[in-house]
Amino acid sequence: MAKKSQSQSLDRKKFFADPIMVTTIVLLIVFLTLFILYPLAILLVDSVVSEGGGISLDVFKRIFAMSNFRRAITNTLKVGFLVGIASSLIGLLFAYVEEYVQLKTKFMSGLFKVISMLPVVSPPFVLSLSMIMLFGKAGIITRHLLHIYDNNVYGFWGIAIVQTLTFFPVCYMMLKGLLKNIDPSLEEAARDMGASRSKVFTTVTLPLILPGLGNAFLVTFIESIADFANPMIIGGSYDTLATSIYLQITGAYDKEGASAMAVVLLAITLMMFIVQKYYLEAKSTATLTGKASRQRMLITDKSVTRPLTIICSLFAIFVIAMYICVPFGAMFKTWGYDFSLTFKWFGLVFSRYKGFKAFKDSFVLSLIASPITALFSMIISYLVVKRNFKSKGFIEAVSMLAMAVPGTVLGVGFIRGFSAGVFRTGFLQSLYGTGALLVIVFIVRSLPTGTRSGISALRQIDKSIEESAYDMGADSFKVFTTVTLPLIKDSFLSGLVTTFVRSITAISAIILLVTPKYLLITVQINEFAEKGSYGLACAFATILIIITYSAVLLMNTFIKYFGTSRQIKEN
Amino acid sequence: MVKEKKGVRLEHISKIYQDPKTGKDFYAVKDTSLNIEPGSFVTLLGPSGCGKTTTLRMIAGFESPDEGEIYLGEEPINELTPNKRDTAMVFQSYALLPHYNIFDNVAYGLKLRKLDTATIQEKVTNILKLVGLEGMEGRMTNQLSGGQQQRVALARALVLEPGVLLFDEPLSNLDAKLRVSMRTEIRRIQQEAGITAIYVTHDQSEAMAISDKIIIMDKGVVAQMGTPQEIYYHPNSEFVADFIGEANFLKGKVLDKNGKVDVYGNEVILKELGDKSVGDECTLVLRPEAAVVADDGQLPCEVTLSCFMGSYQNYHVKVGDSIVKITDFNPKNKKIYEVGDHAFVKFENESIHVI
Repeated sequence: MAKKSQSQSLDRKKFFADPIMVTTIVLLIVFLTLFILYPLAILLVDSVVSEGGGISLDVFKRIFAMSNFRRAITNTLKVGFLVGIASSLIGLLFAYVEEYVQLKTKFMSGLFKVISMLPVVSPPFVLSLSMIMLFGKAGIITRHLLHIYDNNVYGFWGIAIVQTLTFFPVCYMMLKGLLKNIDPSLEEAARDMGASRSKVFTTVTLPLILPGLGNAFLVTFIESIADFANPMIIGGSYDTLATSIYLQITGAYDKEGASAMAVVLLAITLMMFIVQKYYLEAKSTATLTGKASRQRMLITDKSVTRPLTIICSLFAIFVIAMYICVPFGAMFKTWGYDFSLTFKWFGLVFSRYKGFKAFKDSFVLSLIASPITALFSMIISYLVVKRNFKSKGFIEAVSMLAMAVPGTVLGVGFIRGFSAGVFRTGFLQSLYGTGALLVIVFIVRSLPTGTRSGISALRQIDKSIEESAYDMGADSFKVFTTVTLPLIKDSFLSGLVTTFVRSITAISAIILLVTPKYLLITVQINEFAEKGSYGLACAFATILIIITYSAVLLMNTFIKYFGTSRQIKEN
Repeated sequence: MVKEKKGVRLEHISKIYQDPKTGKDFYAVKDTSLNIEPGSFVTLLGPSGCGKTTTLRMIAGFESPDEGEIYLGEEPINELTPNKRDTAMVFQSYALLPHYNIFDNVAYGLKLRKLDTATIQEKVTNILKLVGLEGMEGRMTNQLSGGQQQRVALARALVLEPGVLLFDEPLSNLDAKLRVSMRTEIRRIQQEAGITAIYVTHDQSEAMAISDKIIIMDKGVVAQMGTPQEIYYHPNSEFVADFIGEANFLKGKVLDKNGKVDVYGNEVILKELGDKSVGDECTLVLRPEAAVVADDGQLPCEVTLSCFMGSYQNYHVKVGDSIVKITDFNPKNKKIYEVGDHAFVKFENESIHVI
């Protein structure tokens, strides 16, 4: 058998005949290595290399000797497990009701729509605020309705409930997609053979979506253990890994210890992520490749629809009420005591607490990050799906790896990696503490989501469309700008807005890296919530929600009128 | 309208792929040499996996050969990327750019070549007229039928006046009737444009109808190359005979050099024996339409299937231990044999080809 060397050398020659693409790939690799791989690598190096240069596990020994840290690990896993299970079950209930049960009223479908929007637009810790305001010591429901004066929302149950309410919409959206793809004739066949509706659910529907359910569980699990803001606000003395790391740096000034803790947290999320990504994700879609051949006959039986819809609507209304609680919190004079309406908190935000600067800083930094991220992720998806070259696997793996990295870990990595320059040489040290570094963190944090949506959008597009453009004389750059990008315009736009929203609501990595030069909204909210100034925290959060909601609204309108995908999909 | 007709020459081309299941390397195309004359219409025909599309994609530049060199005209093109090659391809899925209208689709390549607006306008209008789509410039691609999309794909390739036009099973997504009319259309346009065309298909009737020359490929190698008549009447192997048209194979043994052959104990006189000499085993290729069932003839047989198909009577008859398919056209005024009848297979001696 002849060697493949000729085709390889020819492919290489053809590849290098395209300088723009080569440059892009080199730049991408540099970016990914420097800002994702390197900060994580330095954490590992830092925690095993001692001052003198020898390799030792002393730092790990030291942190594992701390009872607080050992407790934080069990705490984190306990919360993550419970939240994962609760979120995927509630998500499944919502998905099932939407896909299988006749929802007659506009009100119901509206509720479901709002629920699906919530995780996109809401800052991640809003629910912790309202949880405290509704059920805390001065909570409206506990104190004023039930006259319980010493209810303690802080701790395990507080975190678990808040995280479940925050993350279940994600599960709902994931499972909805899976249920939609089940061919109704499978279930009809089971019914036809004599199975009852519940039997069909347990013997056909459930086994089909089981890997997907496991997938949803793990995704929430990862989100939960990576979550920083909620445990920070509602955790009280109940420390999780993310908050321990933060406290180790800001409280104990123990950077080596924090690095080692970050390595532990990263190891856990990475393990989960690998199982989720390479085992469950493939499996969950493999069983459901069949496209639904026609519309499903929805369940109209009142004995089924009534209880299910009532449970779902009550739950949904409860969640929505918790969100609505936030703007009210910003408008009551003193939450829990004086319910007269006032704009004093909003006034204070802008007069005494430099609200304008905070919003300007957050807004501008996020605005800079979003087009860069959107473009980066579209380029990466194009390269991954449509081109063939050696470092492709590296680019794909690293940009997806960022998904498994908790913000806190990334934050510590950036501190260790850049505060004294790359490898403590002073190179790029000037980057540390600047807005540019914050923008880079925003980009790294949003790159995986954008890339994922870009990849799935591009997979739908026939490879020969780009080949034909190439064949007619376009080089890679032309193909990308005149064919690929216009075809995935929707994905690009949503990447733009998602990055903006994620960046402006981000806190975990940022709180470790922000310098007094920049005031960021989320950091302010966290600060006021910690101090117990709920009026101010709510006022900041309300304006933040308005900004993110308008951004999403703007995007949807834009896609509706200028999007291309719709018209292509109809084809 | 074409600047220069170019021929295509493949010299000892091989392409190796890896089997995704076993991880073993195999030849998708093996040591293939071809010479395609300028201005001719050549079809690569073969079953799926025979290497025909791989060959085409190597000519277009999407795949790189592992051995050998490809020439376009006199120029070696191995190192050129697809966008630098003087070829234009019509894709199986049409691959029209869905966000552009018809005009912009056809003008895409011209714009990349930085032609001025007036020239582009003129060229696009002319080419759309040639393919019968005048007046549809403003339509989006999803407002066209499959046949019309195919025409746009063809116009888009033709307008670039390439040295060679490549077709990758362009008609396989169309319904049967449209396929027949489109292939005539493609042939007409190719001749009008006087362009070299290489056409990949697995449909033998399409290949027959459209080509100056057919190249039959099997397992990565060229099985036979020739005009449709050469290939049909003088196939060089059972594979070719069976792939193009239907064929019966009868085992025989040459008895003397005057054409006497023993077939299952019967003596048959043949017109030519090819390269076979006395005493050789040989295979007789008999096309179903070249024989009839009759009361007398060369080979005694027993009817095992007799089926009225309208324009012909379809027979399966048993000769020795092999089944021979016979299509007897225009059966209305002929004697119909039933299953179990004993009769003879009758044919002209020239109709049999020996391999």
